[in-house]
Amino acid sequence: MSVDHDAEVMQAARARRRVALGLTFVLMVIYFGFLGLIAWNKSLLGTQLTPGLSLGLLLGAGVILACWILTWLYVRWANTHYDPLLSRLRSDEGSR
Amino acid sequence: MTDAGTLGSPSLVAKLFFAAFLAITLAITWWAARRTRTPDQFYAAGRSITALQNGFALAGDYMSASSFLGISGLVSLRGFDGLIYAAGGLVGWPIVLFLIAEPLRNLGRYTFADVVAVRLRQVPVRVAAAIGTLATVLLYLIAQMVGAGGLVRLLFGISYEMAVVIVGAAMIVYVLFGGMLATTWVQIVKAILLLAGAVILTILVLLQFGLSPVQVFAAAAGAEGAQVLAPGALIADPVDAVSLGLALMFGTAGLPHILMRFYTVPDAQAARRSVFYATLLIGAFFLLIVIIGYGAMVLVGPERIRTADPGGNMAAPLLAELLGGQAFLGFIGAVAFATILAVVAGLTLSGAAALSHDLWVSVVRRGSPRPGEELRVARVTTLLLGALAVLSGIAFEGQNVTFMVGLAFAIAASGNFPALILSMFWRGCTTMGAVAAMVTGTLGTMLLIWLSPTVQIDLLSREVAWFPFRNPAIVTMPLGFLAGVLVSLVSPEEAARSGFEAMQRRASLGEDFSR
Repeated sequence: MSVDHDAEVMQAARARRRVALGLTFVLMVIYFGFLGLIAWNKSLLGTQLTPGLSLGLLLGAGVILACWILTWLYVRWANTHYDPLLSRLRSDEGSR
Repeated sequence: MTDAGTLGSPSLVAKLFFAAFLAITLAITWWAARRTRTPDQFYAAGRSITALQNGFALAGDYMSASSFLGISGLVSLRGFDGLIYAAGGLVGWPIVLFLIAEPLRNLGRYTFADVVAVRLRQVPVRVAAAIGTLATVLLYLIAQMVGAGGLVRLLFGISYEMAVVIVGAAMIVYVLFGGMLATTWVQIVKAILLLAGAVILTILVLLQFGLSPVQVFAAAAGAEGAQVLAPGALIADPVDAVSLGLALMFGTAGLPHILMRFYTVPDAQAARRSVFYATLLIGAFFLLIVIIGYGAMVLVGPERIRTADPGGNMAAPLLAELLGGQAFLGFIGAVAFATILAVVAGLTLSGAAALSHDLWVSVVRRGSPRPGEELRVARVTTLLLGALAVLSGIAFEGQNVTFMVGLAFAIAASGNFPALILSMFWRGCTTMGAVAAMVTGTLGTMLLIWLSPTVQIDLLSREVAWFPFRNPAIVTMPLGFLAGVLVSLVSPEEAARSGFEAMQRRASLGEDFSR
């Protein structure tokens, strides 16, 4: 197998790692930001935007929504970029 | 309704529902038993589970009785504070997806130790991983068994010991004969029943409030005061809050019975899709739980909930009885019982895999077991773990063991997770480094829990606790990583270093392309 091909496989692994770590970082900021508000600014989270809907409840639901959106983004990236790259690399190996 | 309802008096409907669940799951086990003849089938359902099925099974593993009854109860008594657990319960799943699911599927066969050991020396890694696995699995198992005994006594009115024995016996039958295939389908059936129960209960609540969740929250604030919509006393210390958050976020990615599920699907792509489905289902479930909790606060009232069970666990069943009558209470009770059964089956299977696959086959037999031996050992260890679960369930009767689930998450985040991450992503990781991460994370977490207020003050009634926080992950998770890195640096290992590229290839392209 050529050096170029091997380098491309490593590049694919690096690309996935970059996306994975980037999304992990975004989620950590969101979740620990939420926890930080709970710990340090309880009264702000108790503010009711409309009767019944406090900012805390809205942000809590927002954390769940963020989990959905980030997993969806990752799956979409993997389906449109990562999988085609992998199947090309696999077929390269098949035809060696 | 003026009295405390009919909780605890044996309801015929509940028994019928539970009998129906047992009949269905035993039929599944009988069907699965004929497809469980090899280790691949026993541990990994012959890789025959689809992404959607695995999504439901993963969600089922996570939607335990403690999240259904416990979190809805916490919301019903303390309002917003319960939501902290609901949101925290979900954030682990994207992490599993981003960092773990795909490479794990490509690198391992049955256990997470397979992955850590890919380019490292087998024996030390397997022993350390088995310690990490058994610690998490046993703690989780004991908490489930004790919870089961208490809940079933409240819901069905049978004795605690009887409940623990029924749970243990049914679970052993599923795992022993039906292996992962039966365990997975029991989990899927239960996940669907539990979600259906939660959806119906939520709709019944919303019908009382013009179909608006915000109206439910407003009514809760009207009845119990506006503070129920804001953070309360649960998270008093910011450091403890972050520490709990770390354990919830990264612990999921180190739970052996969750990781094992990724081996049941055909390939890494299916593993990826299954986490996406699981995240959707669990997120939806937690949103429903919050509405159910506030609904119980308004309609049942904290006082009645506390009378039935001081911890709030009976909030959802009481609400079910109030809105749906005896029949619906019976259904919810049977589902809660089924939930515990399915979760303990998955836990026992992953514990048996650590003992048979990691310790017996890879350490005692050095990777070459005698024909048929691996399956036999797996079944013997299933029996042993099942018996141990029943005995410890009885031994811990009446003890407050809820901290054990948190402890299991903290160990998973501090030991198993760092070892997985370092071995998969860092070239310089060595055998001794991975072992150090797992041992330091596991033992360090147990030590700090022992020294924490949870054990010293709450359980042993001492005056002071040496370690100030209830959640140790903020110390032990960095400690696990640090031990892994430092020990790797002082114990260079040429084979581990040069094996990194081959591992990366296999982690990306799959097992068929390893050289």
